[in-house]
Amino acid sequence: MATITLDQVRKVYGGVVEAVKGVSVDIADGEFIVLVGPSGCGKSTLLRMIAGLEDITTGEIKIGDRVVNNVDPADRDIAMVFQNYALYPHMSVYNNLAYGLKNRGMAKDEIDRRVKEAARILEIGDYLDRKPRALSGGQRQRVAMGRAIVREPAAFLFDEPLSNLDAKLRVQMRVEIKRLQRSLGTTSVYVTHDQLEAMTLADRLIVLNGGNIEQIGAPIDVYDKPASTFVAGFIGSPAMNLLPVKAVDGGLGLETGSGLSVPNLHGQDKCLLGVRPEHLEVVDQLPNGPHAQVTVNVLEPVGAESYLYASFENGGPEIVIRVSSHAVHKPGEKLFLGIKPENLHFFESQSGKRIGD
Amino acid sequence: MKRLQLSDHLVLIGGVIFMVAPVMIAIMTSTHDAITIYKSGLQFLPGGQMLENYETVLFRAGGFTKEVNGLVMMKNSLILGLGFAIGKIVISMLAAYAIVYFRFPMATLCFWVIFCTLLLPLEVRILPSYEIVQSLGMTNTYSGLIVPLIASATGTFFFRQFFMSVPDELLEAARIDGAGPWKFFFDILVPLSKTMIAAIFIIMFVYGWNQYLWPTLITTDEALFTLVRGIKQIMQVWVGAQIPALNEAMALAILAMLPPVIVVVIFQSWFIKGLVESDK
Ligand SMILES: Nc1ncnc2c1ncn2[C@@H]1O[C@H](COP(=O)(O)OP(=O)(O)OP(=O)(O)O)[C@@H](O)[C@H]1O
Ligand SMILES: [Mg+2]
Repeated sequence: MATITLDQVRKVYGGVVEAVKGVSVDIADGEFIVLVGPSGCGKSTLLRMIAGLEDITTGEIKIGDRVVNNVDPADRDIAMVFQNYALYPHMSVYNNLAYGLKNRGMAKDEIDRRVKEAARILEIGDYLDRKPRALSGGQRQRVAMGRAIVREPAAFLFDEPLSNLDAKLRVQMRVEIKRLQRSLGTTSVYVTHDQLEAMTLADRLIVLNGGNIEQIGAPIDVYDKPASTFVAGFIGSPAMNLLPVKAVDGGLGLETGSGLSVPNLHGQDKCLLGVRPEHLEVVDQLPNGPHAQVTVNVLEPVGAESYLYASFENGGPEIVIRVSSHAVHKPGEKLFLGIKPENLHFFESQSGKRIGD
Repeated sequence: MKRLQLSDHLVLIGGVIFMVAPVMIAIMTSTHDAITIYKSGLQFLPGGQMLENYETVLFRAGGFTKEVNGLVMMKNSLILGLGFAIGKIVISMLAAYAIVYFRFPMATLCFWVIFCTLLLPLEVRILPSYEIVQSLGMTNTYSGLIVPLIASATGTFFFRQFFMSVPDELLEAARIDGAGPWKFFFDILVPLSKTMIAAIFIIMFVYGWNQYLWPTLITTDEALFTLVRGIKQIMQVWVGAQIPALNEAMALAILAMLPPVIVVVIFQSWFIKGLVESDK
């Protein structure tokens, strides 16, 4: 168990592609960190630099108190779980788990003890003699986890370990990974592009965009106070509504179209207004506070709730509203929407940065 | 439907006859005595000379020096075939390993140079090769027979393609598991290549076993003659009187066919097993 410290870590591929652009973060001992971001934002690259599979162009990575920039992956005291599991196809499950320990020259009975223990925790004891090809996707996933656990490493690194599983199994394994990490207390860095996975697993989220950190924080803080329009659009599903607004009499109104009125809390001429679908409340009368007036286009029921896609009068952007699954709305229906002032987010139009706290 | 099936079978049977008949005729002919064959040509039915003929070719010393018999020649052929196949596999696996997994200057160029030698079969470079072997004093040795032939562009190419299809994550997992280059090669790559090795072994063993020109050049010592050469030798030297010993030539030809057949049968089942239980 150890802390991991990244200091201005950069990665440039072949002198041209800057995949990671100066990332600094302190990861506490035992913390579960999730790296999240869209495809190609440099998550895997960053993780692989921590693992030692990729050279660090500039900057410094410390695991514990040791600078590991030039340390071999095997000597970094980390274990990694790959997206495609990367199990050795010709070895039995037992040997898959034991291989790394054997290479370290560990005594046979200690290896046996650790493999059996990991097998017990992960409930793969029945398949120890099987080859990976004779296992289901979920079982392979467990074996891959087992291979990480037996090492008793200072840190676990996960690169989208659940993305090859079906939706149900994914949820199940997600819970299990969390439980396991809690009980072992091992520092973990977990890469995913699935914001739900990120929210549920993380002690702290790191949202990456184009090789830069957009925001670091506890999932709920990132959700409540996204630092930029990028984070606002990425965390939360459906994504936050972002509306270009300008100063009008008595507050802010839509740049194009009409039917929105919110207070100008930060005295902006022009900015982006953010409001989450779940914070738009359908009301009977036009309220006094912040409000909107829209026409329903489409109703999309997903079971527990429904999403309304609606647009403003005279053009303007389409917005999404979350309503209860029992609410009855028809396309063409006109709605009044109330918004609580504390649920309004403001972002600079140009940079997309959050305005205020 | 029925008629279609019948014609299918006829085609297949025709094919089988076409392939097997010459071998059957050789086997039948090898069981007669030389005079019968000389008088009435190839035989289609078994004769009574089988044991004698095979015993003669296997154990009777022949040639000018009277120190080589069928068994010795078979041993020589085996050494050539095995050395040839194993040598080629070892060399080409190592070459492919270097090309695929190690970043060294001009790796791609190296590969294409190796690949281009495919265009230069042994026969094209046989004189310079002979020169070198001779100047090294390696004529009439097993190593002279085998070593100059074991570089293999084909093998390197196949192993390269195979290694490139092995997922990178496997290498990375092994690196994290503390496997160095040799360990990765022996613990992971070699076991994964089993079917590839079996396939190349079949091809190369048969190819080596059937070599004729090269052994003829390199070995003048009869103790190093291979079976394939022996068949020819029988026709020239073992002519008892005026009659060529066709029965013995046939027997030797049959014997010469056996080991490649055995290799193919054994390794093919391996090979197919490997293909069916696709790993990786
Ligand atoms: N070996 C390489 N050579 C050059 N560029 C690379 C290399 N590996 C990755 N890149 C580039 O670096 C950037 C980050 O890649 P990375 O694999 O870290 O993305 P990612 O965030 O993991 O994406 P995904 O979610 O799709 O896995 C991408 O633009 C990619 O094209
Ligand atoms: Mg990735």
